[in-house]
Amino acid sequence: MSDFSLFSGGIAGTAALAAGIVMALYMARAPIQNVILEACQAIAGGLRFASRTLVSVRTRLVQRNREVLLSAGREAAARMVEREYERFADKVHRDLGDYPTLHQELAGHATRLDEDYAKSASNPPAPPGWADAVEAVAAVPDKAEPVLRQVLESIHGSFKKAGEEANKAYREDCRMRHKHLHDMAPSWRESVRLLGQVKTRVETLNERAAVVDESMRKFEEIHEDTDQAAMALQSSALVQFFIAGLVLLVATGGAVVNFHLIARPMSEMVGGNTYIGSFKTADIAALVIILVELSMGLFLMECLRITSLFPVIASLADKVRTRLAIVSFTLLLSLASVEAGLAYMRELLLQDELATAAVLRGEVAQEASFLWITTAAQMGMGFILPFALTFIAIPLETFIHSMRAVLGWGASGVLMTMAFTLRILARTFDEGGKVFAQLYDVAIFAPLWAEKRFLDVRKEMKASPGAREMLEETEARLSGQKAA
Amino acid sequence: MRKLIITLTATLTAGLAACGEPPATNTGVYMLIDTSGTYTKEIDQAQQIINVILARLEPDDAFAVARVDTGSFSEKDIVAKMHFDDRPSVANQQKRQFRDRVDGFVKDVRPASHTDITGGVLQASEFLTEKGTGKKIIFIFSDLKEDLPEGYVRDIPLTLDGFHVIALNVTKLNSDNIDPREYMNRLEDWQRRVEEGGGTWQVVNDLERLEFSWR
Repeated sequence: MSDFSLFSGGIAGTAALAAGIVMALYMARAPIQNVILEACQAIAGGLRFASRTLVSVRTRLVQRNREVLLSAGREAAARMVEREYERFADKVHRDLGDYPTLHQELAGHATRLDEDYAKSASNPPAPPGWADAVEAVAAVPDKAEPVLRQVLESIHGSFKKAGEEANKAYREDCRMRHKHLHDMAPSWRESVRLLGQVKTRVETLNERAAVVDESMRKFEEIHEDTDQAAMALQSSALVQFFIAGLVLLVATGGAVVNFHLIARPMSEMVGGNTYIGSFKTADIAALVIILVELSMGLFLMECLRITSLFPVIASLADKVRTRLAIVSFTLLLSLASVEAGLAYMRELLLQDELATAAVLRGEVAQEASFLWITTAAQMGMGFILPFALTFIAIPLETFIHSMRAVLGWGASGVLMTMAFTLRILARTFDEGGKVFAQLYDVAIFAPLWAEKRFLDVRKEMKASPGAREMLEETEARLSGQKAA
Repeated sequence: MRKLIITLTATLTAGLAACGEPPATNTGVYMLIDTSGTYTKEIDQAQQIINVILARLEPDDAFAVARVDTGSFSEKDIVAKMHFDDRPSVANQQKRQFRDRVDGFVKDVRPASHTDITGGVLQASEFLTEKGTGKKIIFIFSDLKEDLPEGYVRDIPLTLDGFHVIALNVTKLNSDNIDPREYMNRLEDWQRRVEEGGGTWQVVNDLERLEFSWR
């Protein structure tokens, strides 16, 4: 019985407490809802501000990226145009440099042709002068006279003889003409060959000129800062970044092979069991040699003006630059020779270790006949790899230059994502505040309902007319009728 | 500015301190070979193990082989000892010389009348401590049954801090077959002594599966 009363007392107490809390919440409804809404709006405002700031930073970054990209593109395009002009100049110099000689040769051929043509002109033999005499004799009426007949026969014989001689002379003349014409043939052929050569050269120059025009067009496009140029440069930088990265990965593989070639024999020089930190000194020494080789390769490429990573080297005088290139190459050659020696030593050490292991196992060490192949291959690799790694400078330069643009896009993307996230959060806080305010009303729905009911009733009471109003209305109507 | 100078000085000092004498990373191995009584028959196995250890050792490591006889706390019992050069080629030559010395010992070994393992362990710890190697390993190729001559005091605590002691080929004696507890007690007693001295203990009886995990 006492338990029941306690239980019932507990329920009543809890109900009273709940009612008290609800009433307290009801009374504090307006300020608490204000606090919730204001706090949420303040946070949302802060987030929106942060988002706007990030968007603004991103805009500046994108702008800066574009400027840097266009600037780099302008520089590259200018270099390309310059190079194309150099190539064009070289081409003109090579192909058209001997044009005066060619022209002279052609003119000589033309003169010879002209002369031969002139010589090949036809000269018909002049008719004999006594033809008129023959006509006079032929006009004599009595042709049967023996003297006349004898004269005519004599004339006929002379004619015949003269005709034969003229024919012979004409044939000789024709032969000479043919000979001249025959002599013209080589000149014709040579002229045609020379003209064909000129045509080929001019066509090549036209093609080269088209390339120069294209380079110039790109340069102008970049110079005008067009969106199309920026887009093209962006995609170009991205492609270059990945290609250069791939080549660098391959080169890293080469460097690792190189490292393993010399790390083992290095222990003969610096000791096999000494450490710097947690790394073997021999490994570090091998790594240092490879890094020095890479540096020499970079300097060599820089001095040869193949890359332009160090402005200091690029700005050196040509003489100093050439000397520096010779020094770099000499050092590289020395290091490559050292590597070849180390690779040879590696093979010797390996054989020695194998022989020792065989002795310890109680076996007799056997020497394979094909060992010279691996030895030669290792030495060759030891000598060639440093030079091959020299070319790493080219993809490295491309990688570094394109990395600036790629990092810019990455940062821009991160900023954009952050701004978007902050915007979403701001919206969430905005709506969340309203939802919390509504949930607050749900918790105190009972007093709110009661309040609403109370207000409705009062409104109804205000709307329905009372007895006093009815009396006053009737009184006014009656007094109106009386007055009428 | 002053703070910057102090910070830089502290950093430089710390850097220079870090560049001081580096800790030793080489390994010192001391192998005790029991030559008492019938255990002399096992000497061929010991020779094989020595060869395997030699093959695994690297330049700048130290290795010594000593016999366990009547009084083993003596340099005279060291059969061969070598601190290998840090050049691999020289170390290989030294390994061959070491092997030749061990071969000579194996040919001329005579059974000892007593077994002073404790003396041998003391000698091993002294040798390896003097060498100052980074890792110190003592192989005991024995049945671990001590048989001291009268008057020899060996009931003394061992100082084996940083040592790893490996008992190899701990054969069972006839008495162990009668009462295996003797064998167990022998092993436990040695383990206790080594661990009380600060060392670590390991028993390897299957020599084919012996793994050198000190590297």
